[in-house]
Amino acid sequence: MKIKAQFGMVMNLDKCIGCHTCSVTCNNTWTNRPGAEYMWWNNVETKPGIGYPKEWENQEKNKGGWEMRNGKLSLKAGGKANKLLNLFYNPDMLDLDEYYEPWTYEYEHLVHSPEKNHQPVARPKSQLTGEYMDILWGPNWEDDLAGVHETGKRDPNMQGVDEKVKFEFEQAFMMYLPRICEHCVNPSCVSSCPSGAMYKREEDGIVLVDQDACRSWRFCMSGCPYKKVYFNWQTNKAEKCTFCFPKIENGDPTICSETCVGRIRYIGIVLYDADRVKEAASVPNDQDLYEAQLDLILDPNDPEVIAQAKKDGIPEDWIEAAQESPVYKLACEQKIALPLHPEYRTLPMVWYIPPLSPIVDAFNGHFNDLDPSVVFPAIDQFRIPIEYLANLMTAGDTELVASVLKKLVAMRTYMRSVDLGKEPDTTLIDEVGVSEQMARDMYELSAIAKYGDRYVIPKAHREQAEDMFAHQGSAGFDFMDGCESCAMNGEWKDPYEYSESYWSDVTGGAKDGRQ
Amino acid sequence: MTPVDFLLWVAYPYITLTIFVVGHIYRYNHDQFGWSAQSSQFLKTDPLLKWGSILFHYGVILVFFGHVGGILVPQGFYPMIGVTEEMYHFGAVWFGGAAGAAMVIGGALLTIRRLRNKRVSTNGSRKDLWVLLLIGIVTVVGFTNTAWYTATGGEFDYRDTIGPWFRGILTFRPMPEMLATAPWGFQAHVFTAFTLFAVWPFTRLVHVWSLPLEYIKRRYIIYRRANSKQTNKKAQ
Repeated sequence: MKIKAQFGMVMNLDKCIGCHTCSVTCNNTWTNRPGAEYMWWNNVETKPGIGYPKEWENQEKNKGGWEMRNGKLSLKAGGKANKLLNLFYNPDMLDLDEYYEPWTYEYEHLVHSPEKNHQPVARPKSQLTGEYMDILWGPNWEDDLAGVHETGKRDPNMQGVDEKVKFEFEQAFMMYLPRICEHCVNPSCVSSCPSGAMYKREEDGIVLVDQDACRSWRFCMSGCPYKKVYFNWQTNKAEKCTFCFPKIENGDPTICSETCVGRIRYIGIVLYDADRVKEAASVPNDQDLYEAQLDLILDPNDPEVIAQAKKDGIPEDWIEAAQESPVYKLACEQKIALPLHPEYRTLPMVWYIPPLSPIVDAFNGHFNDLDPSVVFPAIDQFRIPIEYLANLMTAGDTELVASVLKKLVAMRTYMRSVDLGKEPDTTLIDEVGVSEQMARDMYELSAIAKYGDRYVIPKAHREQAEDMFAHQGSAGFDFMDGCESCAMNGEWKDPYEYSESYWSDVTGGAKDGRQ
Repeated sequence: MTPVDFLLWVAYPYITLTIFVVGHIYRYNHDQFGWSAQSSQFLKTDPLLKWGSILFHYGVILVFFGHVGGILVPQGFYPMIGVTEEMYHFGAVWFGGAAGAAMVIGGALLTIRRLRNKRVSTNGSRKDLWVLLLIGIVTVVGFTNTAWYTATGGEFDYRDTIGPWFRGILTFRPMPEMLATAPWGFQAHVFTAFTLFAVWPFTRLVHVWSLPLEYIKRRYIIYRRANSKQTNKKAQ
């Protein structure tokens, strides 16, 4: 067992109002630069819809993520040799038009226009070419189902849902899906980068691009199934969500979380067993990936785990933070947060609490004193089809989604009985195996959602980076690599060393998943 | 040997090769951020790029090995491994010709794209165009030489002259007279090629040295410490 800490996020979709504040503040912080105008490291999609970039979920076309090929975990787009052969032209890459052509408006014209019969207008101009352009697609083009009766049919999540019916006005449904980089435990972008410019941070699992090492081979972009690695067309380098690491290192939440008006986001760390990552990502059945991922995450209260974590160099305060982590509570204890598209096999670390939606006229407004036999079958009558949520979050496992929705309903029913001062009604929570304590915890975390409960972020231990004073006089003239062991508190490790042993093949020889 | 010959076939190669070597060392140490292939595929994925890039790059790789085989490896080596003169010529004409043709056609497609595609031309630098032009001259001149002299069985044999001259340059035993008598087409090819070497370190061509062969051996997932020695060194 080798324990690592990993930052994760949970988004409670039940509370997302689709205001795009997260996108805007993220953009203001990170991407309002030349070459990055089109990037939305955080974007909010209206689902159903094809999203941003167009049809990002269609992996038959995009070839992102991993798949099981001949019983082995392999990059869907092909292994290493395949990448080198396609180095000069990436056949799976989406170009700018699949995102949108960034534009600005000719504002000066409003001021400088000569007198005319008609009022001057500010025409849109491409930021790529400076030419006038017609805006045919843009960020969030499908906001609140705009045009989705057309584009929605290309949403891969509609598989198994009665499309014809669901795009009819009376039956239409929608939900918001805010998306950032998943900071996966088994990132396919990192694995696809031929230059080794992408990496997971050893300390906190944040996935970053080393811009100095990026050589613009572009395989990270096509390798990421969530299409969350972007290409700066001015600098020709890859860029992506940084999980706002400068803020995180300081114990502050990411800018998207901090500014979320619905307070839907939770940030915390989880401890996981890095030795079993490949095993977890390699379970044969797509629908078992969720359980495998939960299984990979370790109980931070288990004395054995704590002891091992200390041995693996995880600081005391980080272990405490893992015990308080809202991500651990929501995903692993209460099991109400689900990963997005687990079937991509990247073990994503941004989790989603699926949204409840109006029940299509089943109870005539009487909700509280109902017994489970009436309420639970009605989950199927939620406006958002359960198959749709299942395609999004559980690789099609409708039972799993239903169990989460039931918990959410049961918690509400229970808390309502408590709030009304009645005898606490435990019928529903008993049915779904939620204790009274857990129901209250769920309520605290989702309804009260205090700042300190939503964000449990241990500060980075920068002070351990290089303790110069401690080693004063202990090392001689530092030439080239000098005294490696003493410069870093004796903790310095070759950055490649761990990954080497992690992916080493037990059966011998095979470095490419395909063999 | 005239002073001009000395200048062209001794001084110029050494000056340009010095710039080539020192320039790369300098740029590698001072401009990692600018060191990239500068792909424009993201701006527009089109058939011009697809076929242009594939033909050009595979062509240039074959052409490189062709030059190794024809210039760097001494003529006397081939009989030793049982390759006859006929076999060599057959390979040079047909494989060399095919590789050269691929490179010329690919380069032409890329040039057309760079000139005609508004997105690419607006955001590409003027330097990119000059580099393309220079590569174009080197390639076309070299290709026509191969096609003309070798295929028509011309009197001139580059393996007796340019080969030894080039090896002489590399081993610091310059023999300018070897090139002084070469046909002007070959002279032009050599001269423009060395010009290309001189500008090489300051252009996007540096990505050649970043061919990521280490990827084959590497494990998939990379972990890096935020506080690693490397990171700290960089930050200072």
